[in-house]
Amino acid sequence: MQNTHSYFNETHNMVRATARRFVEERILPNIDAWEEAGTFPRELYKEAADLGLLGVGHPEAYGGAGETDIFLKIAVSEELMRCTSGGLTASLGSLDIGLPPIWRWGSEDMKQRVVPQVLSGEKISALAITEPGGGSDVANLQTRAVREGDYYRVNGNKTFITSGCRADYYTVAVRTGDKGFGGVSLLLIEKGTPGFSQSPPLKKMGWWASDTAELYFEDCMVPAENLIGPENGGFYCIMTNFQMERLMLCVMANMTSQLAYEEALNYAKERQAFGRSLTGFQVTRHKLVEMATAVEISREYTYRVAAKMQAGDNVIKEVSMAKNFATQTADKLTYDAVQIFGGAGFMRGTVVERLYRDNRILPIGGGTYEIMNEVIAKQIGL
Amino acid sequence: MKVLVPIKRVVDHNVKVRVKADNSGVDLANVKMAMNPFCEIAVEEAVRLKESGAVSEIVVVTIGAKAADEQLRTALALGADRAIRVETEEDAQPLAIAKALKAVYDKESPNLVILGKQAIDGDNNQTGQMFAALAGLPQGTFASEVKVEGDKVQVTREIDGGLQTVELSLPAVVTTDLRLNEPRYASLPNIMKAKKKPLDVLSADEVGVDFTPKVKVLKVEAPAEREAGIIVGSVDELVEKLKNEAKVI
Ligand SMILES: Cc1cc2nc3c(=O)[nH]c(=O)nc-3n(C[C@H](O)[C@H](O)[C@H](O)COP(=O)(O)OP(=O)(O)OC[C@H]3O[C@@H](n4cnc5c(N)ncnc54)[C@H](O)[C@@H]3O)c2cc1C
Repeated sequence: MQNTHSYFNETHNMVRATARRFVEERILPNIDAWEEAGTFPRELYKEAADLGLLGVGHPEAYGGAGETDIFLKIAVSEELMRCTSGGLTASLGSLDIGLPPIWRWGSEDMKQRVVPQVLSGEKISALAITEPGGGSDVANLQTRAVREGDYYRVNGNKTFITSGCRADYYTVAVRTGDKGFGGVSLLLIEKGTPGFSQSPPLKKMGWWASDTAELYFEDCMVPAENLIGPENGGFYCIMTNFQMERLMLCVMANMTSQLAYEEALNYAKERQAFGRSLTGFQVTRHKLVEMATAVEISREYTYRVAAKMQAGDNVIKEVSMAKNFATQTADKLTYDAVQIFGGAGFMRGTVVERLYRDNRILPIGGGTYEIMNEVIAKQIGL
Repeated sequence: MKVLVPIKRVVDHNVKVRVKADNSGVDLANVKMAMNPFCEIAVEEAVRLKESGAVSEIVVVTIGAKAADEQLRTALALGADRAIRVETEEDAQPLAIAKALKAVYDKESPNLVILGKQAIDGDNNQTGQMFAALAGLPQGTFASEVKVEGDKVQVTREIDGGLQTVELSLPAVVTTDLRLNEPRYASLPNIMKAKKKPLDVLSADEVGVDFTPKVKVLKVEAPAEREAGIIVGSVDELVEKLKNEAKVI
């Protein structure tokens, strides 16, 4: 992929080169083993942090590289996805959804205490919104937090939480008030708080290297100062946080497409059938051309939306469109890539087999395809 | 002690280059560029010497167009203190580069010049030697170990028969081989700090060098494609094929 694109400057390219080398030397040689093991060493957070990679997208005042340069974030995310494992990328990056509510709306005390530790790779941050009863209908979440003196008494369950087993700090959506979106708040809940436990890692179709878990809160007493943002004002925080998460999911989907295309292209050039390479068949050539076209269009649109975001525009509609377009593109390209690989594409150990499985979460997480369409419908006045 | 490290912007070593349709060269449009790997090793060695206390200042220099600032900034992020770019849009060749380096050398008076043994684009393996000759300096090429002691530098060289250690009086020229060290990463905080380090630009006139190429490329061709091999069943079959198909015995 070319990175001489005008959205990216010299600094972006240099950081990209560092991220790429980190992936090539530290992740790629191990990724198959880590995927099979369903985990990766915790030291990887520290290594990424030492290079400054974890701090990208987070404020300088708390040890980050700055939160305003969206294309720096994109450059790093694109390179991390070159590790070919969505699960590793998601777990290593769970701080990107867990931390922003803290440095945006947390108390100064909380920011000082939590953010630097996570950005230095010592602690892991996770975001917990989805519940067994539902993930799409955020306004209807059921986990209750009742104020009792200096504490909130929390009861309820969360599920499908990325870094759910290994995290130290959980940014948890709870109900502090009445029904509906006006009764939702965010609480910082720490591992080790009595009444808070986690399931073992859930077994999944893809994202194997990621620890996805259920969280249980049983009369869990959380200090009142752990409230993030205003009480009953959590829904707005959650929706704001979704914008960046969705943009990053666009990047993940586009990189999934890019990798699927690159793998298919290389394989088609090498693989022989009926006395010629697969690229000797016009049908394969056209398929590859269509793949190249689709990924380029999707990526360009994501960059365009990112540029608008960078300029401060409201892009609720556009980022939802970009996510649906990018994930649909990745659906098609991972399918086509496996098809070009034939039987080998169905075998564990080929990159396209993993891309195909890992991709399936992208139109579900961070707001499903249908929910994105609902968001767009509202924005265009339907 | 001051070290001068000349570096070059080249096609990234991971890129599979393609020959242009008109055979005039390789296609560089939209191709990822990077610092020549041997230059990275040279920068790393200089930074290690600085960390050990043997060196107080590292100046990196390149000859090229503005785009090469990215590689200079990378070197600054890795630990160099200052950068100089000698401006030219020409595809500068070893002799002209060596002359420009001589001009920078005269201006900077470093005690040691460390550069890559070759650049992976042209694979010429000439610049270091030509520069040493022009500047009248002793040279230790293909270094796999460099030790600075007082006003001497010991260079262990990788040669065909094994290793050879030479001792040079400073100032001297060292060219780096692959096994000298393993270059570090440019960390993000250091990349940010490098933005504030000085980067000066000299014109071709200021160094008094004419960069017009003296060697003309007539034609560039891709290596012939190899046919897929076969696995033979027995030695007899191998001998038979060598005799009758390959006709080499
Ligand atoms: C691997 C993985 C990691 C995850 N990580 C996290 C995490 O870190 N933190 C977190 O909070 N969550 C996480 N999730 C949860 C994820 O965000 C939810 O799965 C997602 O939001 C959908 O919620 P749900 O699964 O409850 O589906 P439901 O909300 O039950 O939806 C089921 C189906 O109904 C459709 N549907 C729902 N409402 C409508 C409607 N109004 N109109 C049309 N169709 C509708 C949906 O689109 C979907 O197809 C993760 C999930 C997975 C699989």
